[in-house]
Amino acid sequence: MTALPSQPSTKKLGLVIDLDTCVGCHACAVSCKEWNTGGPAAPLTDLNPYGKDPDGVWFNRIHTYEVSQPELGPTAGQTVHLPRSCLHCESPDCVTVCPTGASYKRAEDGIVLIDEDKCIGCKLCSWACGYGAREYDQDAGVMKKCTLCVDRIYNENLKEEERQPSCVSTCPAGARHFGDLGDENSDVSKLVAERNGFDLMPELGYKPTNKYLPPRPKSGPTSSYRPLTIDKQETVDSRFLKWVDRLFSR
Amino acid sequence: MSSQPVDPVIDRSPSISDEVKFTTCYMCACRCGIKVHLKDGELRYIEGNPDHPTNKGVLCGKGSAGIMKQHSPAKLSQPLLRVGERGKGEFKEISWDEAMQIATDRLGKIRETDPKKLAFFTGRDQSQALTGWWATNFGTPNHAAHGGFCSVNMAAAGLYSIGGSFWEFGEPDWQLSKYFVMFGVAEDHDSNPIKAGLATLKANGAKFISVNPIRTGYSAIADEWVGIRPGTDGLFIFSLIHQLLKADKVDFEYLARYTNAGWLVISNPGEANDGLFARDDEGNPLCWDGNTGQPGSAVAAGSQPTFTGQYALADGTDVEPAFALMARRYLNDDYAPEAVTDTTGIEAGTIHRIASELAEVAFEQEITLDIPWTDWAGREQAQMTGRPVAFHAMRGISAHSNGFHTCRALHLLQMLLGTIDVPGGFRYKPPFPKAIPPHQLPAGKPGQVKPNSPLGGPPLGFPTGPEDLLLEEDGTPVRIDKAYSWEAPISAHGLMHMVITNAWKADPYPIDTLFLFMANMSWNSSMNSAGMMEMLTDKKENSDDYKIPFIIYSDAFFSEMVPFADLILPDTTYLERFDAISLLDRPISSPEGPSDSIRQPVIELTRNVRPFQDVLLDLGARLKLPGMTNDDGTPKYPGGYPDYIANHERKPGIGTLAGWRGANGDKHGNGEPNPNQLQAYIDNQCFWHEQMPETMHYYKHSNQKYLDYAKERGFIGSADPVILQIYSEPLQKFRLAAQGHGDQQPPEEHRERVETYFDPLPIWYPPFEEAATDDQEFPMHALTQRPMIMYHAWDSQNAWQRQIMGSNKLYINRHTAAKLGIEDDDWIWVESHHGKIKGQARLQTGVNVDTVWTWNAISNRAGTWNLDKDVAEVKKSFLLNHLISELLPEKEGGHRYSNSDPVTGQAAWYDLRVKITKAGPHEAQESYPQFDDLEPPQQLPKRPSILRYGEIFRRKRSSKTDDSGASQ
Repeated sequence: MTALPSQPSTKKLGLVIDLDTCVGCHACAVSCKEWNTGGPAAPLTDLNPYGKDPDGVWFNRIHTYEVSQPELGPTAGQTVHLPRSCLHCESPDCVTVCPTGASYKRAEDGIVLIDEDKCIGCKLCSWACGYGAREYDQDAGVMKKCTLCVDRIYNENLKEEERQPSCVSTCPAGARHFGDLGDENSDVSKLVAERNGFDLMPELGYKPTNKYLPPRPKSGPTSSYRPLTIDKQETVDSRFLKWVDRLFSR
Repeated sequence: MSSQPVDPVIDRSPSISDEVKFTTCYMCACRCGIKVHLKDGELRYIEGNPDHPTNKGVLCGKGSAGIMKQHSPAKLSQPLLRVGERGKGEFKEISWDEAMQIATDRLGKIRETDPKKLAFFTGRDQSQALTGWWATNFGTPNHAAHGGFCSVNMAAAGLYSIGGSFWEFGEPDWQLSKYFVMFGVAEDHDSNPIKAGLATLKANGAKFISVNPIRTGYSAIADEWVGIRPGTDGLFIFSLIHQLLKADKVDFEYLARYTNAGWLVISNPGEANDGLFARDDEGNPLCWDGNTGQPGSAVAAGSQPTFTGQYALADGTDVEPAFALMARRYLNDDYAPEAVTDTTGIEAGTIHRIASELAEVAFEQEITLDIPWTDWAGREQAQMTGRPVAFHAMRGISAHSNGFHTCRALHLLQMLLGTIDVPGGFRYKPPFPKAIPPHQLPAGKPGQVKPNSPLGGPPLGFPTGPEDLLLEEDGTPVRIDKAYSWEAPISAHGLMHMVITNAWKADPYPIDTLFLFMANMSWNSSMNSAGMMEMLTDKKENSDDYKIPFIIYSDAFFSEMVPFADLILPDTTYLERFDAISLLDRPISSPEGPSDSIRQPVIELTRNVRPFQDVLLDLGARLKLPGMTNDDGTPKYPGGYPDYIANHERKPGIGTLAGWRGANGDKHGNGEPNPNQLQAYIDNQCFWHEQMPETMHYYKHSNQKYLDYAKERGFIGSADPVILQIYSEPLQKFRLAAQGHGDQQPPEEHRERVETYFDPLPIWYPPFEEAATDDQEFPMHALTQRPMIMYHAWDSQNAWQRQIMGSNKLYINRHTAAKLGIEDDDWIWVESHHGKIKGQARLQTGVNVDTVWTWNAISNRAGTWNLDKDVAEVKKSFLLNHLISELLPEKEGGHRYSNSDPVTGQAAWYDLRVKITKAGPHEAQESYPQFDDLEPPQQLPKRPSILRYGEIFRRKRSSKTDDSGASQ
């Protein structure tokens, strides 16, 4: 079994994902794939890429869910897009379950990583992860996962503003934010506080670092509004008579 | 318990690439700037260019999947000549010399005899400024790109109403709008700017409403989704207008200043001038000036047009302001919310509420910016004032046979709210606005099509009346697609969806050669795909000759269309060539200033293929076409497309690219060619953008400084203000012709149709297929959407994209499905008046109860795109195209009109009506129809069974310590 850092740092790097603006476009998923397939976990192997049931390694997958409210009508409800990747939990069973120390949580910044040299491909970690965030590379025989782009966020070959996970810098809807969730004054922590960010499936008890921001309330047939003032006595002719004096200079 | 672990040492700063090259994406039509990272000459990473005005650093999933386009095993590598029967895919490889010789001989004979026997149509083309000019030089009027089957209703309705439109022509004021309504936008047009814009709106607390029968993508994040019944958007908009007029919530000041609301319309029923504008001796339209109580020039500064009242001119002519005609129509109780609720499927209360909210935001939350500007009459204005309601719309409203009028209805609503090119509203992007309609007539009139001669003008343009139609002396259409005929008078983008059918029928005449680029016309780019395959392979009676004698096709991939061509001219990918995104074509400007861009080769070309644009110029030179040949007969652009981009002048000083013109590269917009222009673009990340001063940012239609600038830059011919047209006189001219006036009148069989649909004010009518079929037999609407991960991509083969979406299902409302006894994954038959298909059902709540839909263009034909033959794209996926006929049901007398808008000829994809039945338990669990397998050409590489893309980068990194590599 693998231990967590005895002195976890106060730094908790992670993502904040805004479900109010995520349109489910898969930009983050593909950008992640292209970055990481050439990164430290390379390749993100694709089995049968041009055949039946192609099956590749993806660190980030997007799901679409629908909530129905049949009592309000046949189309009432809400559609939500949910990007899903490793949440870099504070108490990750996927680490403690690892028999070899391959799966580990960094003391420095809380990122959960895999040391492939130690991975024996036993898959215990993927069974332990309630979020399904681990990806077994059948071809390489090792487990792979989101690295929070650890090869980007500190990379001195990148400009400072570019030191973000690939999924964050590419997101066209600005729905993904990266930062230190251990620092309550960080932009991401403030965003979580302002927008009532929440933990995904807190009942699992893993204390995920990543947070999700809920969609804001929708409006619909029951929303209140100030009706237009319309004089029911008016006719086309009476309106035209009124409008004939409406003069503006060109 | 193990001991406290020590974090393994990892390389925090690995080198990313050896080289970064900038270029422009072509994974869809959005044209974002990209940074391509190369390592050892291989693609390492593609990301958005932070400095690019279109995408500002972001990139969608298609753009990031460009790596897999480049590595597709479906790429062609050598020209092909058909050897077997057409449609079987039997080819032999030939050299480029032979291929070009065959094309030159064939096209040369056509040009010597009858140039219109060449039909040259391009699909997802982004070089229409070149292709249109090539057709002009060749001398054929039979040219268009894919706009006719895409969104010409949107473009034409905008250009005939406000001198601009959405997307490339203009966009919502994402920063300042407070209330935004989007109609009929799935995940399309355009990709990243809309996503970024929606996020900006939301961050600013604006309200976003999506009107769409389907709740996916953008609609899913809307604050309110209005699940309208397809094809009824026009009626909904009229109801909003009805409410605003009744509540007196109309911006009269805006209408007086910037629109033709006050122009006087002649009332003279039965006579040739009925419905035209009354004009003075100089031709200026008249208004009834409220100041003088007399008629006066409506375009004079200081005139005060009245909006209502019936008047008589000195010569006794009865006139009434256009506004009054408009208001009388939409005040009619036919448009009350309660009257349209059944047809639109929108609760009356919702219409009441949205109209109220629009009025409240527009008139009570006015925005004022302290930016001085000068109006068209030279008057200084201290501020810019705006009504912060904005709209955007795309194919959902335009791809119906009532789409032209629906699009015009939306522009009318914007005009009434005073929200065109004002802070918070709709904003033009230079070179728009243009004159209404733009001053460009389609060429191809009798006498303009002659052997060995150029056409005498561009094949596409904007008719101003019946005299501008392209008709032979006997009234038959000049063009093979019947564009600019009485069947589709304002078909500004042509009717590509009719070319094969008409050529096969020899209606109006037979052609010799069909020349296509990047258009999958035997599959997902056609209506009636199976019928297209039959027509493409049909032979003349008792003959071995095909009815369409010769087909030349250029594509980079082994697509479904390739087997149906006789000569294949293989193209490159977008990463292997030069391209120009030109202001002469489909611009990428922003509201703050014009932009254009290029593509440059970033990857070495290793196949024996050529950029299509190079091929076209080479062909032009071999044919000795005037624009492509020097006086001594040598090619004018021996350097191919890059040579043309830099050195071609459309008129003196105006060329393909606007940036760094002039011998020293110091002129912009207007200037002589700069031999080093492409290098200047490369040095500037492959784009040019000119930020205009703030004083030009709004009111561009009437902003003197902007208009002077636009004229100086060559965007517009004159700096006159563009007066927005609530009432369209060109439409009335067509109607008058149908009523028996003028020299050019429609033949009897088309009169009623032209009279009905050329209404100078927007109208609504049920879509044609719905009107012509039995509601009981075909009770459902059927639509398609393109998924965000594939919209506009040419990527049925992409190893990453197909993992995200490799099959499509038919989505049906849960409530409706329950009534039909259909559950998730049931196999179902979908039948229209034209055909039937089989696929699997998927239940959904967020879809209009009368509507089914599917993701478009997922299906592939077995053997194409170098995929295995048993993939889900083949066995489980289906196209709705098989249900859609390119022709409407027969009308009296046997004539079948095209399945198109009667004004513009836009393909009416979304008019489809269907019935759904559950497949029997013993029927094959496989989609229908299936077609014979095709064999890919031998030149395609073997497709890998395992893809380990990127392993080489890791191996090189770790080779210092481990030569064996990290993966096997």
